[in-house]
Amino acid sequence: MSPSEARVTHPEVAPVHVLAPATELVRAERAGVSYGDTPVLAGVDLTLRAGDFVGVVGPSGAGKTTLLRLLLGTQRPTTGTVRRAPGVRVGYVPQLETVSWNFPVTVGECVLMARSGRLLPWPSRAERADVAAVLERLGIGHLVDRHIRELSGGQQQRMFLARALLREPQMLLLDEPTSGIDVATRHDMLHLLGHLHDDGMTIVLTTHDLNGVAAHVPDLVALHGTVVRRGAPLDVMTPEVLEQTFGAPMDVLQHLGMPVVLDRHAPGRPHGA
Amino acid sequence: MLETLLEPFAYDFFVKAVVVATLAGALCGLVGVYVILRGMSYIGHGLSHAIFGGFAASSVIGVSYVLGAGIWGFASALAINRVSRSHRIGADAAIGVITTASFALGVALLTVFGNRGPSFDAALFGSILGISSTDVWTLVAVSVLTVGVVATRYRALLFATFDPEVADVSGVRVARTDALLMLVLSLAILSTLSVIGVTLVAATLVIPAVVARMLTHRFATMLWLSTAIGAVCGLVGMNLSYHLDVPSGTTIVLTGAGLFVVVLTLTGVGRLGRTQTRSGTPAVL
Repeated sequence: MSPSEARVTHPEVAPVHVLAPATELVRAERAGVSYGDTPVLAGVDLTLRAGDFVGVVGPSGAGKTTLLRLLLGTQRPTTGTVRRAPGVRVGYVPQLETVSWNFPVTVGECVLMARSGRLLPWPSRAERADVAAVLERLGIGHLVDRHIRELSGGQQQRMFLARALLREPQMLLLDEPTSGIDVATRHDMLHLLGHLHDDGMTIVLTTHDLNGVAAHVPDLVALHGTVVRRGAPLDVMTPEVLEQTFGAPMDVLQHLGMPVVLDRHAPGRPHGA
Repeated sequence: MLETLLEPFAYDFFVKAVVVATLAGALCGLVGVYVILRGMSYIGHGLSHAIFGGFAASSVIGVSYVLGAGIWGFASALAINRVSRSHRIGADAAIGVITTASFALGVALLTVFGNRGPSFDAALFGSILGISSTDVWTLVAVSVLTVGVVATRYRALLFATFDPEVADVSGVRVARTDALLMLVLSLAILSTLSVIGVTLVAATLVIPAVVARMLTHRFATMLWLSTAIGAVCGLVGMNLSYHLDVPSGTTIVLTGAGLFVVVLTLTGVGRLGRTQTRSGTPAVL
């Protein structure tokens, strides 16, 4: 373990949620995961450092969620190793599809789950203020007493983001935060994550929205059972890498210095839009 | 009319029975919220049958049934957990094998070694007469423990029930929280067995929670509402049991079922969809 990592184990020494830049948070070496006889990931080499803002792209079944689970530590590698710096506070925003929407909780109750250590059932005055503040910051303060099902997709994403942020995480992982929401909300969400990154938070997200991440996320990972390529959008969004990742030919144009991906079979129609 | 209603309260045994039934109903209502939201209705049903095996074994050996059936029940819960984790056998099949075998063993033991008669029926359907002081104190102790666990682990239990994976990465010790809930569930079933009976405990776990769910979408409200509904069912059911001369478990469950129909009629069938669990299957037995 390097000297800079030692700081991670003593969060009280470090500032609240900002880790020293480039501190190694997670290192996967030749990591693989199989469910039964079915390999999902194999030979994954990936290092995550404090201050990274990474977007993971790949087709359905490429292992994006499994990769997040490896980084979180809820999934152990069946081959290789994943080393995680101890004591890092993690916030996780799950895929909306995996949530049980009939569960009887209000937005406020859901967000408060993040403070699970309290030995009394009701929130303290300070906790209530914290919840109000984080919901307000995300623009859904007025929805605190609504049932979670009554929210739109974008509001639901923000609610889970609020729950993750209430933990004041040093590392934030989001599974498909841009799916199930419209284009404008998608850009708002990516902008919001950009601001959090500017504040020093380490962020990893998975997405199907190639052009969205290309425009907002500085560091991309193309995944298809293994890491096909990692780098800046212009290095990852190339026809070769995309064809290798998605198994379909795609064209890439440049617009204002950013790559724009086109599906070759439907000219003029941006992929994933 | 009023005299007829108050008449049984002149008997000590009945006053004890009403107190126990009300408390038992409240306890099952409280624990039942977690049971239905986790889609564990079948585990409640199975566990009560498994505990019957321990009940029979301890009555044959002559040890305290609280101890015998308690150890047996918790061991069954752990066995279910273990078997269901080996992915070849699903949890439902594991519960089916372990609990029915345990129940069959209980019936066989009682048939061979005698001790049938009132205690056998009482164990199956509950009884007003069979309530001892030990039963009362066991129930009081379990209720205090359960309220303590639910109050101090409120958010951890809620988070682990709502989304175990995210809870796990958010600092909740999910495995420990789940084990604590299984312990509380086993104890709740055990301590209410004498009033409600093996075959009907599952219903007292499920019905108040389902009715409460139809009335609210707030977790905190559902928790106290389900507890209150369980208590009312226990109170009313025990009185009906005396007047109709029917086993108390039966009347407590039928009271709950009646309430369920009334609330369903008033709120509309559409609300029933709310009780669906994480796996998408209805929690109602």
